[in-house]
Amino acid sequence: MSVEPGLGATALAPRPEPEPVVRLRGGRLRYGNRVLWDQLDLDIRPGEFVAVLGPNGSGKTSLIRVLLGLQQLAGGTVQIEGSPARRGNGRIGYIPQQRAVDPTLTVRGKDMVGMGLTGHRWGIGLPFGQAARERKRLVDQALVAVGASEYAHLPIGMLSGGEQQRLRVAQAVVGNPGLLLCDEPLLSLDLAHQRMVSQLVARRAREANTAVVFVTHEINPVLPLVDRVLYLVEGRFKIGTPDEVMTSETLSELFRTPISVLRVDGRLVVVGDQEPIVHHHVEA
Amino acid sequence: MDFFTTTGDMLQLGFVQQALLAAAVLGLASGVLAPLVVARQMAFAVHGTAELAFTGAAAALLLGLSTGGGALIGALLAAALLGVLSLRGKERDAVIGVVLAFGLGLGVLFQGLYKGRTSNKFSLLVGQIISTDSTDLVLLCGSAIIVLIIIAVIYRPLLFASVDPDVAMARGVPVRAFGPLFAVLVGVATSLGVQLVGALLVLSLMVTPGAAAARVTANPVTATVLAVLFAETAVLGGIVLSLAPGLQISAFVTIISFSIYVICRLIGNRRVERLPKLQPVLV
Ligand SMILES: Nc1ncnc2c1ncn2[C@@H]1O[C@H](COP(=O)(O)OP(=O)(O)O)[C@@H](O)[C@H]1O
Ligand SMILES: [Mg+2]
Repeated sequence: MSVEPGLGATALAPRPEPEPVVRLRGGRLRYGNRVLWDQLDLDIRPGEFVAVLGPNGSGKTSLIRVLLGLQQLAGGTVQIEGSPARRGNGRIGYIPQQRAVDPTLTVRGKDMVGMGLTGHRWGIGLPFGQAARERKRLVDQALVAVGASEYAHLPIGMLSGGEQQRLRVAQAVVGNPGLLLCDEPLLSLDLAHQRMVSQLVARRAREANTAVVFVTHEINPVLPLVDRVLYLVEGRFKIGTPDEVMTSETLSELFRTPISVLRVDGRLVVVGDQEPIVHHHVEA
Repeated sequence: MDFFTTTGDMLQLGFVQQALLAAAVLGLASGVLAPLVVARQMAFAVHGTAELAFTGAAAALLLGLSTGGGALIGALLAAALLGVLSLRGKERDAVIGVVLAFGLGLGVLFQGLYKGRTSNKFSLLVGQIISTDSTDLVLLCGSAIIVLIIIAVIYRPLLFASVDPDVAMARGVPVRAFGPLFAVLVGVATSLGVQLVGALLVLSLMVTPGAAAARVTANPVTATVLAVLFAETAVLGGIVLSLAPGLQISAFVTIISFSIYVICRLIGNRRVERLPKLQPVLV
């Protein structure tokens, strides 16, 4: 029941379609007897920003794990830049679902960013020489790009959630990925920081033509930045532009209960008739 | 004779020099491991491993086998257990506590049954480097060097997996395999420590130097260098200081190790106060 990209998207796309970064065909994900989603088709172009929405347990993290090659599909195929998804693909940058960093953790922000570049390699990694200088240059560049240079020498555990998340963005993009996977990067951030992190990611997508999959509970901070939305609800899903998916009609169909999508000052407010099933916050 | 002449004379003795060599190797291995033990929050696991190494050594003593070999087998059993448990995480501390208590009880039983020299029994708990014979020395140094080589090969991905397991896993680091592997490396180093400083005090070499270094630096390389320095100071200093009075080495080792930790804490607290107050900056 996926929906083709709407007129807006096709009209803007250049004539020769570039090779998609993500190509998911007939994807089916199953844990035991439980099918999370099935027949999922998703192509993501270079530079495209796709938000993945849906209630807890709808399989958003699992989708990211499929793209990372950490989770096998039960059916269908998934390709990243033309080859099957595989674990350890250096062309993918990844921001994991936020966990509180242990405050006593004694690595510096720049160490964490550097791990995004060379942390997976065997050996000690010499702290001097040509390779080390190149590594430092790339790390510094990534830190500048997210505005984290000032506190990159401090232990990560001492930083605020917003600062840690900037470093996560730097870590994910330092290897110059073609695909950026962000799993609820806005969780437990205040509104200003939610916007800041969304904009950092969107700028990256624009400037480096990086495809982005952005899992979030909050549509509003990313609404102006999003090209398409994938909405997952209990095995049902809808793919399309925000205007196509974020409507009372579509969401009522997905949730199988009456839902109203209201526009208040350019923001979306989603209200169900009983329990608030969806938690898109209204800004004060 | 005064303290310095006695110490100087004893330092000329072959078996004291052998002990110092063994201690230097142990200091290097535990100094390298300690920051990783701290980062992986395995202090209690090290303690449990040490107790099982003690059980193994006590069993070996009773059976008339090499205590070094017994300690190694005990520690590896503990490591295997911890490796399996580390896959589940949460329950780990409770299970370590349970197994540790049982292992210690068994060890005490083996010691009770042992009819040999009592100083041998005592040394397994609080260490007796001077009694280390040369075959044990070869075993000790050989295993420590193997541990160091393996650490050198896996250092970067191991650190990545220790501080940032989710991203490390996505980048293809064998995060799950590192749990048991690191437990084994710690087990080997711990069994060496048991022979030198004893089961009760192994934490002062395997954990304290790492914890102390973590107070004063957040740079992983600096932390490792400092931890090695601290461990060497404690273990070599402990041996040298213990020579003249003829008291237990481990008492001196732990006192030095603890003093270094306290000093690092004091320095660390001042360092935190000097940090700039950070403000969120908006794009
Ligand atoms: N490895 C797994 N084995 C079995 N069930 C799983 C596994 N991973 C996730 N699940 C289940 O699949 C559902 C979807 O999980 P997840 O992808 O994390 O959802 P979301 O990120 O949308 O909250 C949840 O009910 C979760 O319990
Ligand atoms: Mg999730």
